[in-house]
Amino acid sequence: MSDVPLNRIDTVAGNLASPSDYLALLKPRVMSLVVFTALVGMVLAPGGIHPVLGFTALLCIAIGAGASGALNMWYDADIDRIMKRTQSRPIPKGTITEGEALAFGLTLAGFSVTLLALFVNIVAGALLAFTIFFYVVIYSMWLKRSTQQNIVIGGAAGAFPPIVGWAAVTGSVSYESIVLFLIIFMWTPPHFWALALFKSDDYKRAGIPMMPVVSGMAETRKQILIYSILLAPIGVLPAVLGFASFAYGVAAAALGVGFVILAVRVYRMGDGDKSMLPAKRLFGFSILYLFLLFAMLLVERCLGLLGFVA
Amino acid sequence: MNEEDGIRLTEEQKRRRRARSIAIAAVLFGLVALFYVVTIVKMGPGILVNRPL
Repeated sequence: MSDVPLNRIDTVAGNLASPSDYLALLKPRVMSLVVFTALVGMVLAPGGIHPVLGFTALLCIAIGAGASGALNMWYDADIDRIMKRTQSRPIPKGTITEGEALAFGLTLAGFSVTLLALFVNIVAGALLAFTIFFYVVIYSMWLKRSTQQNIVIGGAAGAFPPIVGWAAVTGSVSYESIVLFLIIFMWTPPHFWALALFKSDDYKRAGIPMMPVVSGMAETRKQILIYSILLAPIGVLPAVLGFASFAYGVAAAALGVGFVILAVRVYRMGDGDKSMLPAKRLFGFSILYLFLLFAMLLVERCLGLLGFVA
Repeated sequence: MNEEDGIRLTEEQKRRRRARSIAIAAVLFGLVALFYVVTIVKMGPGILVNRPL
């Protein structure tokens, strides 16, 4: 019948995978941010959506984001094995094979896009498909390994969810959702470069042309400051354009000033600073900044819907 | 073919296979429920009343 040594098959990686390994392929932490920003896009959108369809849209967006994560881990398995930060992912760990991750990712991508297009609307489905394509093909396969601007352009993939959420409700794209996109888009470079500053050895070993590896620490610190200064006013735009309150504008401005102050500290950080404390602080604050901005938009809109705010 | 041939899973592998099977079942049941509820929402209450047999 067969000459395959059957007693060796028990070492096939797939046999060892537990459901939590498949869950890890979906990058749950990234997924939670995607769900949160998409939810804000949905809630801010004018009109309304049936709660069941709204839930379905969020589920599809979450699964689409997870599919992107799985496909990213499939393509990046070689460098994930090298970088300390990613060595415990399921493929480097040996619990899931590359082929399984590819099949899993493609299946989920197909399912999420089809369901969103059929159950909610075709514009949202098309935007989700484009987001997955952008993250996997444009960012992971092309930009990540070829240019130090990788996360600047690739950051667009992470910025799309509120646009998809908005489109799920309205069936269209509008300037409000583009402002939400811009906030995340401009936030991504200082956020990731702050991380890259204190993880640059990891990226260097893996041969990824992150800014600190290619242009050096000083240039990265300068770029972080430039993007932070550009980000701060964009964070206030929802209030300026009238789809958030004055109170939001004041809070967003204060948070933006805080962001720039931390970026200035990073800029002034000496090359000899091994602890990289300012960069770590900026990285931590950047997560809080984005969360608070979107949380304020969400709370304000919900209070408005409940009649607490005019 | 004697009994020594074939694939022999360890207890740990059997446990994980069972966990995977349960997870797949849960996802499938979830999808069935979702498709049902979305269908009702999309078609509206009209399918339940005044429907000629």
